[in-house]
Amino acid sequence: MADTSDASSPILLMEDIVKVFPGVRALDGVDLDVRAGEVHCLLGQNGAGKSTLIKVLSAAHKPEEGTITWLGEQVDFATPLEALQAGLATMYQELDVIDGLSVADNIFLGHEKSRFGWIDSHSSNKRAREILARLGHSEIRARRNVGALSAAGKQIVSMARALSHDAQLIVMDEPSAVLDGDEVENLFGTIRDLTSDGVAIIYISHRLEEIREIGDRVTVLKDGATVATGLDAKDTPTSEVISLMTGRNVEYLFPPRREDDDHLGEVVLEVDGLSREGEFKDVSFSLRAGEILGLAGLVGSGRSEILETVYGARRANSGTTAYFGETVGRRSVPKSVRMGLGLAPEERKSQALLMEQSIARNMSLSDLGSYSKGGWIGHGAEVKDARRITDQLELRPPDPTRRVSTLSGGNQQKVVVGRWLMKGCRVLLLDEPTRGVDVGARAELYSLVRDLADEGVAVVVVSSEVPEVLGLADRVLVVADGRIIHEADSGVLEEDDVLDMIMENTTHVYDDPDRDLKASAPPGAASDE
Amino acid sequence: MNDTATTVDQPSVSSDGSASLGERLSGVQNLGLVAVLVLAFIAGWVTAPENFLDANNFLTILKSAAVIGVVSVGMTFVIIGGGIDLSVGAIVALASVWGTTVASQEMGLWGMLAAFLLVGTATGLVNGILVAYGKIVSFIATLAMLVSARGLAQYISGGQTQVVEVNAFRSLNNGDVFGVPNLVVMLIVVAAIGWLLLNRTTFGRRTFAVGGNDEAARLAGINVKRHTMLLFGLSGLACGVAAIMIVARTTTGSSTHGELYELDAIGAVVIGGTSLAGGRGTIVGTILGVLVFTVMTNIFVLNNLTTDIQNIAKGVIIVLAVLLQARAQRGSDGGHT
Repeated sequence: MADTSDASSPILLMEDIVKVFPGVRALDGVDLDVRAGEVHCLLGQNGAGKSTLIKVLSAAHKPEEGTITWLGEQVDFATPLEALQAGLATMYQELDVIDGLSVADNIFLGHEKSRFGWIDSHSSNKRAREILARLGHSEIRARRNVGALSAAGKQIVSMARALSHDAQLIVMDEPSAVLDGDEVENLFGTIRDLTSDGVAIIYISHRLEEIREIGDRVTVLKDGATVATGLDAKDTPTSEVISLMTGRNVEYLFPPRREDDDHLGEVVLEVDGLSREGEFKDVSFSLRAGEILGLAGLVGSGRSEILETVYGARRANSGTTAYFGETVGRRSVPKSVRMGLGLAPEERKSQALLMEQSIARNMSLSDLGSYSKGGWIGHGAEVKDARRITDQLELRPPDPTRRVSTLSGGNQQKVVVGRWLMKGCRVLLLDEPTRGVDVGARAELYSLVRDLADEGVAVVVVSSEVPEVLGLADRVLVVADGRIIHEADSGVLEEDDVLDMIMENTTHVYDDPDRDLKASAPPGAASDE
Repeated sequence: MNDTATTVDQPSVSSDGSASLGERLSGVQNLGLVAVLVLAFIAGWVTAPENFLDANNFLTILKSAAVIGVVSVGMTFVIIGGGIDLSVGAIVALASVWGTTVASQEMGLWGMLAAFLLVGTATGLVNGILVAYGKIVSFIATLAMLVSARGLAQYISGGQTQVVEVNAFRSLNNGDVFGVPNLVVMLIVVAAIGWLLLNRTTFGRRTFAVGGNDEAARLAGINVKRHTMLLFGLSGLACGVAAIMIVARTTTGSSTHGELYELDAIGAVVIGGTSLAGGRGTIVGTILGVLVFTVMTNIFVLNNLTTDIQNIAKGVIIVLAVLLQARAQRGSDGGHT
């Protein structure tokens, strides 16, 4: 399938691309060359710059430096539409089809087949059928409402839209993330048809096995720069690819674990037979003071839901939760917070922070009672305590009056954890604590969590990054399909075994590519997502 | 914007922590409103030199600002909390009618005052329950209340204007404190209480949290539903106070009181820099917004412009204010949405 006839002259050449956002160089010298008829895979961790790169390519972002050569000519597309009209199409992770419109309407969106403003539905339906047939999906009817199609069907429509512009290069951003096994095979079939017509594909995926199957060459990005290009997709050893992507050994990031159980205190949390319809079933575990418990599992495995139910933010259908030996009946978040639970939720920005407000105000939010008398807030103590926590967490800049939206991801996460330090919680629930957090801040967060545990706080850590769970936790629960399928001390578990267990027990893959399990990809790199 | 908008350097903030960045920005915005007010005064002075700068005219301006100002203070809380209250005018009418029925008047001054405040608060709480626990969008819940509260006011009054026999109301309207009319004093008191409540209490802090990010507030342990309910109750209470004031001014209770107050109040709040998306706003801005409105109206009246022209101008002012605000926001915010 690899097309070698055109090997000498790439259809796309990106050189030394630099893209700067306030405070961060998202792209810092990226080179990429793509040949006609090849599947060129783009690899890199979250935050390595893949998404930014394809946005630069599709003219959604303007690069500060660097050149793009398209079909032998240096180009500078002003708008995404210009890029599209030049034959450069992008299929984003979030499928950009409009549910209320028909298949044909979606395909010709923005360049409708019309006469004096009236849609010529006859010819657009006919042309849509031709394109769908070329993609090998004539079973999708042109008049059908797109909202009624499956994710796979929508993806085909998105691809058909690219072809309606005579695309010669299609960027596919994690197309397999929304598909199940058979559908992925169909997608690969379609991709092979396209490449044999000379269309080039830039294929982005976290799944190495897919890249081996469909890819021709690989370019690896790390920290916004190209670290390797033109690698053979079939024969490059996995270990080489991974070490290129991470460029470091993760082991040293984690603070040392206690050797024995002597430091563990009383049982603070006892979950028994907890179930929530459609989310998880029969979950039981216990947690002792000073212990770090890890929950390893995919998005959709029920791990976050378990955490939020324990926290009282969701109501269990059955099962009991006991705190400090006391079973609590009707649960609510305010009650949990009073009892000494704290949650750092999965989505920092949408679930935890008031972005427009200061660090101090974000930190004191769960403990306003302590900083007020009869409802009146005493300003001094609040800011003073926030400053103390800010210093303790080494928040940068160390100014508690600074607005949270101006902080980096790692520092924002520290604010969320700081909220519970300020409150003084006894059970800390951390959901994906290091997503979008750079390597340095990760190490700080890990040692912070370990320090808290040493002080007697019980911690539950949920993460899709298996190495993170294994490196940080004392004990690990493996979660798949809403059940706890394995429990063991983290010392005796191997990453591969955990991954195998998860894969064997997962029947369906969920559709959030960003939260996808990064098989073997250890934590690292700042986020630009 | 995404995570990429990290560590944007902002001008450093005073280390004593007394003013958050948000307060500073709104301070700048309020300066803009003061500038607009000054311009309006110049315009009034130029177009109606004799009448505008008269001391009595200023009192008239302040008195007409008083009622809508009180309503706007309540509205500010609801909007910062992420909602909207379209029913304020209708609640003012309902409270004014209920508090002036024969039965209420027989209870004397204090009974009437209690009726105004209770009816206002209770109606507001009904809004709040519908929004918080019934999960009806506040726009729709309060739109429905707008219609039914005014209908109820008409039903109770039988479509008749109810004349107030209790003399205390007349003296409330005519009296003054050190030369400041009582109604204006009431506005000042309400605004001061509102300011303290918003900026110095846990209630105010929670209002910003609920409006800024309700999910974060919920997961931080705040009872978001109860708080939302209370916000609408507070707005209703403000309407009850406004009903007292309007009854004092007109010595009547009527189902036609407070018509289109929702527009004036929302307009003033938005001009005052409060974000309709919630989570951001100030009482001072709202009061300035009310003043801008009433001064403009006063100038139009002095120049014998008809109400249609006034209304057109009002609409234009609102749009201009929002446009300017959006600009200022973009400038100060580094593109944060």
